[in-house]
Amino acid sequence: MSGGAQAFLMLDLMPLSAAVLAALGCGLLGNFLVLRRQSLLGDAISHSVLPGIVVAFLVTGSRSPAVMLPGAAGAGLLSVLLTDLVRRIGRVEPGAAMGVVFSLFFAAGVYLMQQAARNVDLDADCVLYGQLETLFWTRPSGAGLLSAATLASVPRQVTTLVIVAACAVGFIALLYKELRLTSFDPDLATSLGFRAGWVGAMLLALVAAATVASFEAVGSILVVAMLICPAATARLLTDRMDRQLVLSGLIAGATAAAGYFAGTRLPGALGLPGAVNAAGAIAVVAGLAFALAAVASPSHGIVARALRRQALSRRIAVEDLLGALYRRAEAGPGAAPLAARLLRAAPLARRLGLVAGAPAQTPSLTEKGETAARAIVRRHRLWEAYLVERAGMLPDHVHEPAEALEHVLDAESPGLGLDPLPVVDPQGKRIPGDGGAPPGQARSKPS
Amino acid sequence: MTPAGAGQASGASLAELADILLLRSGVNAANVLLGATLLGCAAGLVGAFALLRKRSLMTDALAHATLPGICAAFLIADSVGLAAKSLPILLAGAAATGVLGVLAVQLIVGRTRVREDAAIGIVLSVFFGAGVVLLSAIPRLTPTPSGGLNSFIYGQAAALQRGEVVLIGAIGAGVLGATALLLKPLALVSFNDAFAQSLGWPVRWIDLALMALVVLVTIAGLQSVGLIMIVALLIIPPAAARFWTDRLWRMLLASAVIGGLSGYAGATLSAAAPNKPAGAVIVLTAGALFGASMLLAPRRGVAAEGLRRLALHLRVAGDHMLEALHDAAPDHPRGLPLAALARARGLSALHARPVLAVLRARALVSRSGGLFVLTARGRAEGARVSRNHRLWAEYLVTHAEVARTHVDWSADQVEHVLSEELVAALEQSIHSRGGTRLPGATP
Repeated sequence: MSGGAQAFLMLDLMPLSAAVLAALGCGLLGNFLVLRRQSLLGDAISHSVLPGIVVAFLVTGSRSPAVMLPGAAGAGLLSVLLTDLVRRIGRVEPGAAMGVVFSLFFAAGVYLMQQAARNVDLDADCVLYGQLETLFWTRPSGAGLLSAATLASVPRQVTTLVIVAACAVGFIALLYKELRLTSFDPDLATSLGFRAGWVGAMLLALVAAATVASFEAVGSILVVAMLICPAATARLLTDRMDRQLVLSGLIAGATAAAGYFAGTRLPGALGLPGAVNAAGAIAVVAGLAFALAAVASPSHGIVARALRRQALSRRIAVEDLLGALYRRAEAGPGAAPLAARLLRAAPLARRLGLVAGAPAQTPSLTEKGETAARAIVRRHRLWEAYLVERAGMLPDHVHEPAEALEHVLDAESPGLGLDPLPVVDPQGKRIPGDGGAPPGQARSKPS
Repeated sequence: MTPAGAGQASGASLAELADILLLRSGVNAANVLLGATLLGCAAGLVGAFALLRKRSLMTDALAHATLPGICAAFLIADSVGLAAKSLPILLAGAAATGVLGVLAVQLIVGRTRVREDAAIGIVLSVFFGAGVVLLSAIPRLTPTPSGGLNSFIYGQAAALQRGEVVLIGAIGAGVLGATALLLKPLALVSFNDAFAQSLGWPVRWIDLALMALVVLVTIAGLQSVGLIMIVALLIIPPAAARFWTDRLWRMLLASAVIGGLSGYAGATLSAAAPNKPAGAVIVLTAGALFGASMLLAPRRGVAAEGLRRLALHLRVAGDHMLEALHDAAPDHPRGLPLAALARARGLSALHARPVLAVLRARALVSRSGGLFVLTARGRAEGARVSRNHRLWAEYLVTHAEVARTHVDWSADQVEHVLSEELVAALEQSIHSRGGTRLPGATP
């Protein structure tokens, strides 16, 4: 085995696995927190574990994880219960209740830590940033890859994270339907006989477990980032819950790996000495992934939405121009000139072959433009008729709404109940017919 | 620490504590107290508006977002040869990225489908992550000692020093002044932003001004309280003040007082025992005030609320007992035993006993030989309750078109809260329709 690979196995494999596993577990669970608007729960829990750790240490005098983890879990759970109590009994706004409780827990932790620090070095930093970089792996030489000796040599943190990630995947796989229903519509879920409260409590317990199991290896900063960023990123990329889950898992794993390598290798590649904190780097990469999705997602990105909006406003401008030209031709000679606002769409309409004429002149409708314009005016006048006949609006109030509706909605759907379709609009103007039929003559006169 | 040692330490500090509290222990300690108090007042006042605008957790994102700014300011100042640990430089950096964090949250909420809680979480963790990366890189990038930057995260490890406090106090005083100037628009926006908008107030700008004030408070508290716990000073005092009053001005005042008190008491306590972390002590003091307010405040406190509920419950249950005794009086002229009374109202005997005790104390019911019977006053009261019950039932049947079999339960709820005017009106209305005769109706 080459020296590079040897070094990778020893120095990088375990931290990398820990980061990816923690990201996977948190990232998958986070989907439901984000949907339930409980994103900050992980933040609150991870701040609250501090006093639990210190108290566990002060009481037992031991730094063994068998003591620390239950202490952390107890404090996290207590903070959740207290938050609920303050919110319900004290009638404090949920966000503020959370802020009150977790900041107090953290303060208690800092205070206690200061008291304990005189006896032994207890590091608050590792709670926040984790200690990914310290997870070395000394693989027993000669043992097979899956032998008991090899598996036993895996750092305990990684084993814990394997269990947590497996629990998260199993929980979601088993209760997918319940989770989805209770997250989207808890009232409907309850009325259908699902125990929305229980599902929520189980989710909460699992988030707490993932938070506590992860903070030791990767730090609470990464837990918070991974609970929210991958889920939010996936949510910008798809509208389907199952796809969002898969995507968020992939994003979580990929950002964890990319962030780990960025933290450990990038400074060296840039000629800077040493490495930077890997957990922080992963959080930054997760943020960059979210920013990328926010800007460039094809369905919900800022750019795509701006482009769609622009395309829509262009289409509306062209349709307005066509409608105005049609009405002008209808009015016959001596009609007023078109407003400059409408003429701004003329170059585009000309490019599309809908109007003809020299740029300086008032454009004239081509044959294609005539057909399109007739359809627009027909929709407009049908909508006016609908708004008066079926919606009970006054004839002189319907132009504006019809102006908006004509671009987006068809007025001839039978559901609207315009039957027979009228041939004149409320102002007595003829409604042009569809297709080649001579306008307004194919149907019987309305009453 | 041995118990004896602990006793000694606190014994020695008691006299000191009094000196510090009364500002007798020198200019330095007085300055520290003044600074911490001002900071607490400013945070309480600004935080009250943040709470009312439901921006409490936004301040958390903001506070976490200051870390990369502190580190970047350190690096930049160091590379251009300034004193890298100069507090104003670091705080300027903190303010810059803090503002950036707030803008990022607003951008995410405004331009994507991601909701505010997730946006706050994203900004909080990513900015803080960037800060952690910079923090870990600083020792390798510059030989300038960077120890102490940590105190921006956890707050001051020991008592506050005078030099730091001057800046804190100055910012705190500035924030108090600015808030006083902006009091009216801030109050209007917190109360009803749509109304403020319709009056022509620039709501967006007022919100931005509020966030700017929050940024100032945050950076003022960074060094002493630390960026994780400064949130506590912005959230806890207003949340505690909310228990005491429903009026905006009083709540602002109470919040500022609670904040100031936390700063004052916290700084005092940590000065008395110099190895106590000042920030954590200030926050824990605020927490104690919050707990006391939640339990004991007379308006919305848990104890007062519980007592009010108990009183209401006793009155309602007592009314039901009177009604049962009144209705049973024709058949049982000598009264009813406890068990029968409890059964009539579906209560356990254990539950009925205190209710009857209250009625006896009010001289509405007397007991003779294990039987409860109405006194003269009790008869009048029982007739009133019974009449209210039937009036409301009658009203539901005749006016609200509720089926006669469905009105009893609702009448049980409402009979206790009918005002005299309403009763008169109901009587009038039912009489005019030739309704049934009701007990105790006055001619």
